[in-house]
Amino acid sequence: MGRFRLRKDNYGYLFIIPFFLVFFGLQLYPILYTLYLSFQQYDGISEAEFIGMANYARLIKDPVFLKAIINTWRIWICNFIPQLIFGLGLAAVLTQVRMRGRNFFRAVYYLPNLVTAASVGVLFSILLGRQYGTFNQILLKIGLIKEPIYFLGSTGWSSATVSAILWWMWFGHSMIIFMVGIRAIPDGLYEAAAIDGASRWQSFWKITMPLLKPIMIYVLVTSLIGGMQNFDIPYVIGEGMTLGTGEPQKILLTMVMYLYNTAFRWSNRGYAAAIAYGLFFIILVFSVLIFTFMRKREPKSGGIKR
Amino acid sequence: MKYNTKAIKNYRKIFKNFRTSTVFLYIFLILLAVICYLPFYIMIINGTRSTTQINLGLSLLPGTGIVENYVKMQSSMNIWRGFLNSILIAVPSTLFSGYFGALTAYAFSKFEFKGRNLLFWLVLATMMVPTQLGLVGYYQLACKIHLIDSLLAIILPSIASAGTVFFLKMYIDANVNNAILEAARIDGSSEFYIFNRIVFPIIMPGVAIISILNFVFFWNNYITPLALLNSREKFPLPILIALVKGTYKQNIGSQYLAIGISIVPIIISFMFFSRYIISGVAAGAVKE
Repeated sequence: MGRFRLRKDNYGYLFIIPFFLVFFGLQLYPILYTLYLSFQQYDGISEAEFIGMANYARLIKDPVFLKAIINTWRIWICNFIPQLIFGLGLAAVLTQVRMRGRNFFRAVYYLPNLVTAASVGVLFSILLGRQYGTFNQILLKIGLIKEPIYFLGSTGWSSATVSAILWWMWFGHSMIIFMVGIRAIPDGLYEAAAIDGASRWQSFWKITMPLLKPIMIYVLVTSLIGGMQNFDIPYVIGEGMTLGTGEPQKILLTMVMYLYNTAFRWSNRGYAAAIAYGLFFIILVFSVLIFTFMRKREPKSGGIKR
Repeated sequence: MKYNTKAIKNYRKIFKNFRTSTVFLYIFLILLAVICYLPFYIMIINGTRSTTQINLGLSLLPGTGIVENYVKMQSSMNIWRGFLNSILIAVPSTLFSGYFGALTAYAFSKFEFKGRNLLFWLVLATMMVPTQLGLVGYYQLACKIHLIDSLLAIILPSIASAGTVFFLKMYIDANVNNAILEAARIDGSSEFYIFNRIVFPIIMPGVAIISILNFVFFWNNYITPLALLNSREKFPLPILIALVKGTYKQNIGSQYLAIGISIVPIIISFMFFSRYIISGVAAGAVKE
């Protein structure tokens, strides 16, 4: 059988050719070409000029890029923490409390995650409008507020609003991932804990939480990678008619928005390439940090072994 | 006797406590469900109301402005053209990523060619790389090979979908038995025949799950077509919808209707496929 397989093994190359042609040509090459461009002064029309590390030197001193980094993190953290709490809490409730309609709730909470983010952004920018926005109309009617709130016009509100929309889109997704993790924990552990007199709350903290750690790392890292690339909603949601300004006062300008505007609005391709690698560097550093930090906190005794 | 009544009392107390906490839990869960659906509901309702009706305040019942909204919507933007463009992008991309992803995953799973591990590691590494990293370079490349402002520029990269390969390799490892392949080889079937007629049907459920997720991804993609397409008649839905506010200015009913046309098909398909979609998302977590 071994000899038979060996003869056929070269067919493997044939089967991966289409994939790797496209992979090298249209994915890896552009990534390396972007790296090359990041050392150039290039406006998309005239001849590119090699300027060494000048783009990167400019990048680390660029106050707008710093602002974009801070904005991106602010929007991400304000959406991730509530997303984590709701995702975990709902996953625990929907897997461990005997109740009707679990699948219904699971599906309902997941739905916003599927809908086109650009459409969601436009929908909310209309719903949250100051004058005739339905959201203000509802709040005024039930007497929660006296004056309409300028959700997308003030720096304080607009960043929080974008975080809230992202929470709305993503907590159902985290919930599903956590449900997978909780289901993988053997029932025997909970039964043993119940016999020892542990309350439901205690077993959540002492059994569910420690055993969910790998899933927690997964959710954290994927959410971070996605959150650092935040683009669609902040790009379309601003009050004005022009897209991608990041107004009011650039509070919604994220890193990828800055990258997009630099490359395609202001045609500064070389500098945009440097921004892309700056973004990549930030994602890489924090992903590595999360992995090492979370690994170190492993319980010494090995915790509960299956 | 005495002991017995006490036990019953205790039991009732527990039962009662259980009931109230469950009621609160249901109220919370239902409220959250309302929060998830309400924006879509208002969108659908307001799509049928005239701008004056919308400005009067919230209504939970449809209005009478749908025809007027539709006529105004179509007069300055061809939403259906955008719909068609979205299909022209998402359908071939999904088919390409599914078929070539399966072919590549099959090679990684069942053939022991030289450099296999290195190449597979390379595929894995790209899954960690942000999609925007190569965007500027890809734009320049597309200019050079005359793919700027062409749907092909958006479709072609889907042939190399790393996530699909990863997912399907695990699926093939678990579900395709070597004995079947050997038997087919002894019968004299060609390698392509084996893949297309034997392996592909076996892994169809896995391909379906990943293809649904891929379709959603291609359908919703915004930044790539935004960077690569210039002419309005080639814009897919997300780009057109993002222009809705500027196009219809004071005509809010038409804005809602246009957004609704882009979102309602997703909601309807979710009603049919929710089980598969959710199991696909869940399977994505298991791979870690």
